[in-house]
Parts: sequence; structure tokens; C-alpha cells
Amino acid sequence: MRISVQKAPFELGAESDAFAAGVEGAGAVVTFTGVVRDADQGGLAAMEIEHYPGMTEKALAAIAEEAVKRWSLADALVIHRHGRLAPGERIMMVATAARHRKDAFEAAEYLMDYLKSRAPFWKKEILASGGSDWVAAKDADEDALKRW
Amino acid sequence: MDVLYFAWVRERIGLPREQVETSAATVADLVEELRAREERYAAAFADLSALRVALDQELSDFDAPLAGVREVAFFPPMTGG
Repeated sequence: MRISVQKAPFELGAESDAFAAGVEGAGAVVTFTGVVRDADQGGLAAMEIEHYPGMTEKALAAIAEEAVKRWSLADALVIHRHGRLAPGERIMMVATAARHRKDAFEAAEYLMDYLKSRAPFWKKEILASGGSDWVAAKDADEDALKRW
Repeated sequence: MDVLYFAWVRERIGLPREQVETSAATVADLVEELRAREERYAAAFADLSALRVALDQELSDFDAPLAGVREVAFFPPMTGG
């Protein structure tokens, strides 16, 4: 299990390959990547991601450990960036490996649902117009936890 | 104890962290003390339902006791992913 909270970009292919190579025989590897989205097409200049150093790593490790236990995963990976990111840049990725795909998919969704609402990250949209807005948490994100 | 603020809570108060001398028994008592200090604290803590609290880096509740706690953090609901 690897947790990385980092400012630097990451190589999706290299991370996926390294993760898959470490879980030989697992049968299923699922990866998910989050990307900075410019919903207004040109309206977003950047996304600033703030986090709580120390708590972030602990919270992500606890979430990943729970996923590994629940789905008997061979391994799990979480990479989450912080700092100022441009539209189109990768914010984060999760990867899960299991004997069967259902477990790998479900565990990846579980990781995503929990890290959206339980890992201490906050996003601020820096608008091309010069303003800025903190992204508000959605009720739907909180509701998503209830299915687990 | 160390009190930390993140995201718009940090912006409203104007500080990322500070040392607070308090004998508050619970998080809610600490919030009352902070609110009474200055308008910027009152503004940041105006609506507790819009806030979350972590005690020594574990998510907690506003009625939780502060005995033995070294670090309290206040922040809005998280928006990771």
C-alpha cells in the first residue's frame, strides 16, 4: 500500500505500470484518475488545493487500509497532489488490485468516495476573471458514503 | 494548545494557526471563547453546521472534550478527489 501526498506531477503510465508489476497474479487492476476540470471552458485559470499536512497522510492510510481489508486487496495506491494546478492537470489517482474485477472496482469507488469527503483537502477555483471560489462539498458526496 | 484553520476559515480569521491558552472543556466551549474575541472569529464560526473539527488530526465533534488534546483544527467540509 502506498500513499503519496505531493506537489509534483506524476506519470500515470509509470505509476500504473509499477503498481501492476508489484501485484503479479492479482487478476484485476483498476485505476482512476482525477483531472482538473474547466466546467466553464476558459473560465478557470487554476485550481488551488490546500491540505492538512500530517492528518492527510493518516486519513488516506486509514481509508486505504480499510479498503484492503474489506475487499482482500492485493494492494492499493493513492496519490493526491496539492498546490496550484492548471486545467487538464491530473489531481490524483487511485489504484486497486484484487483477484477479481468486482472487488477491484468496488474498492476503487470506496477509496474515491471516502477521500472526497474524509481526507482533509480543500479546493479553490481561481477564475480567469480574477475572482476565486472555494469549492463547496456536495450533499451527494456525503450520501455516497452511506452505501458502504 | 495549537489551533489550526484551513480553507475559508483560515482566510476569514487571517491566520493558519495560533497558540491558544484555554480552559475550555469542550470544542464548543473553545468556539464560544474564540467567537467572543473579535468579529473575524465570530464570522468564521457563525454557522457550525458549515464546519468540521479534528482533534489531534482525527475527525471529531463539537461536543467532544478537550482534555489531553494538543491540536485542534477547524475547517469546512472536505473536497478532495
